[in-house]
Amino acid sequence: MATNTAVAKQQKSWRVYGRYTLLMFVTLIVVFPIYATVLSAFKSGPDSLDHPRSLLPTGLTLDTMRAAWNLGHMGRLLWNSLFVSVAVTIGVIITSVLAAYAFTFINFRGRRFVFGFCLATLLVPVEATVVINQRLIDSFGWKNSYQGLIVPLLATAFGIFLIRQVFMTVPKELIEAASLDGVGHFGLLREVAMPLARPTLGALGLFTFLGTWNQYLWPQAVVDDQEHRTIQIGLDALRSADINRFNLITAGTVIGALPIFVVLVAFQRQLVRGLTAGAIKG
Amino acid sequence: MFRRRGDGLIASAMLAPAIAILSIFVVYPLGRAVWLGHLRCDATGRKCRTSGWMQYFDVLRSSDFQHALKVTFVYALLTVPAGLVIGVGLAVLADKQIRGIGFFRTIFSSTVATSVAVASLIWFVLLQPQVGLLPDMLSMFGVMKNPGLLNDAGTALPAIAITSIWANLGFTFIIVTAALQSIPAELFESAMMDGAGGWKRFTNVTIPMLSPTLLFVSVVLVTRAFQAYAEVDLLTKGGPNPERSTETVTYLIYGQTSLVKNDIGLKSTTAVLLFAILLVLSLVQFRSLERRVHYGN
Repeated sequence: MATNTAVAKQQKSWRVYGRYTLLMFVTLIVVFPIYATVLSAFKSGPDSLDHPRSLLPTGLTLDTMRAAWNLGHMGRLLWNSLFVSVAVTIGVIITSVLAAYAFTFINFRGRRFVFGFCLATLLVPVEATVVINQRLIDSFGWKNSYQGLIVPLLATAFGIFLIRQVFMTVPKELIEAASLDGVGHFGLLREVAMPLARPTLGALGLFTFLGTWNQYLWPQAVVDDQEHRTIQIGLDALRSADINRFNLITAGTVIGALPIFVVLVAFQRQLVRGLTAGAIKG
Repeated sequence: MFRRRGDGLIASAMLAPAIAILSIFVVYPLGRAVWLGHLRCDATGRKCRTSGWMQYFDVLRSSDFQHALKVTFVYALLTVPAGLVIGVGLAVLADKQIRGIGFFRTIFSSTVATSVAVASLIWFVLLQPQVGLLPDMLSMFGVMKNPGLLNDAGTALPAIAITSIWANLGFTFIIVTAALQSIPAELFESAMMDGAGGWKRFTNVTIPMLSPTLLFVSVVLVTRAFQAYAEVDLLTKGGPNPERSTETVTYLIYGQTSLVKNDIGLKSTTAVLLFAILLVLSLVQFRSLERRVHYGN
């Protein structure tokens, strides 16, 4: 009996070792592209092309990163992306909260219809509307402007729906009590609804920020000048014709990926919770 | 529920911003595209003439659209099953409470942090034929000399697919991991009592319990294949030509070399057709979400 459990234990520990070996192996494969990119960003141009020595952490320098920062106007690109993403995130939170409040707490005529109208827009992907929106923005005189990048994104059915789901959990008695106490709509919104919605607002904010930051098609459709380019469409310019400066693009990629990486590490839990709740857009 | 005088006014004021944005930038453009879809226009877009509503069918049947549709289907076939198998494999591998598992989970989720553009540029450098690391290593092992994967009509699409599989791995891993954790442990225990081995438990318990999640993830991944644009724009521009081997449906509409670029009519027709495809996919996605919630309860 005793030897049996010992054998079982040994078998089990072998299994654990096997799992670790596999995990390490797969980790190497998944991380390899990131490792190679980061390392190449911190090497001189010729060193980054000297394979396979390029994979050793030797001869590290900040020159390429500095050059990419200056040549690629990375400060500008990052600022544009940050400004647009923050503006859209704040805007979406405001429009979603207001609309969700009206849909949940105010009984007005045509409520179901208007809500259905909003919800239906969930089915319209950006790929279907860019054709017309591009010309619309042109006709507003918003080509190459922050307005063009921001305004069309300031409301989403997804946001309204998400916040409404939370507002609907407010108990009826609470609303009635507040109403009897003479609390107005803004009082109810501020004192009851908003505190309840805070965690969800965090998730909505995170997803809106990431979605806006990662956009490609829309910024490319409205912006073609250096001044308003965002990081996703601006990185491309670092693809150097000079093969000795080939790793400018890896340096740019590292700089471009870093802010989002920081955001995700900081908000990892919200991200996982949001994703698994089915809170995925596009 | 409040019911007071002036409520209608307050409601209108609160709804106005959202409704205005959604009407002007979502509903109007869609309606306008549907309308323009029966026109043919010149490069300025001002002179249009009707081409009849049959234009939708003409475009649908056109060899260019069919080609793009085929490329997109192949792209979905290359990315979705492989992405699912790898994602589930990783999730199952990491679904064990052993020391340091958090580290591995973070690593496997990490590609969720890369945008499509960043992932594309990472792989662009790795695959670059003259100086890229991968071709160099492959030729070192004598596999092949200088395989310009992105420049070869036969390998360009699979090369983009690798980028996409890698970039989507984090997403699939996170979702499947959460689904695995929600499977009741008793199911595994009773399967074990019945003498089911590891593989049998996987096929008889894990897979059936995961199936709603797998359906959901597949639909999301298929949708992403149909929306594929940035990776094509950055890696191949729809080429190599003349085969146009990586021209997906979205790239057919918006690409720099797009055939319909200068005709807002035809461009709208194509965009509306893409919308119809994505609409069906979204509806399936919602259904799969509903089922997921059901199973979760």
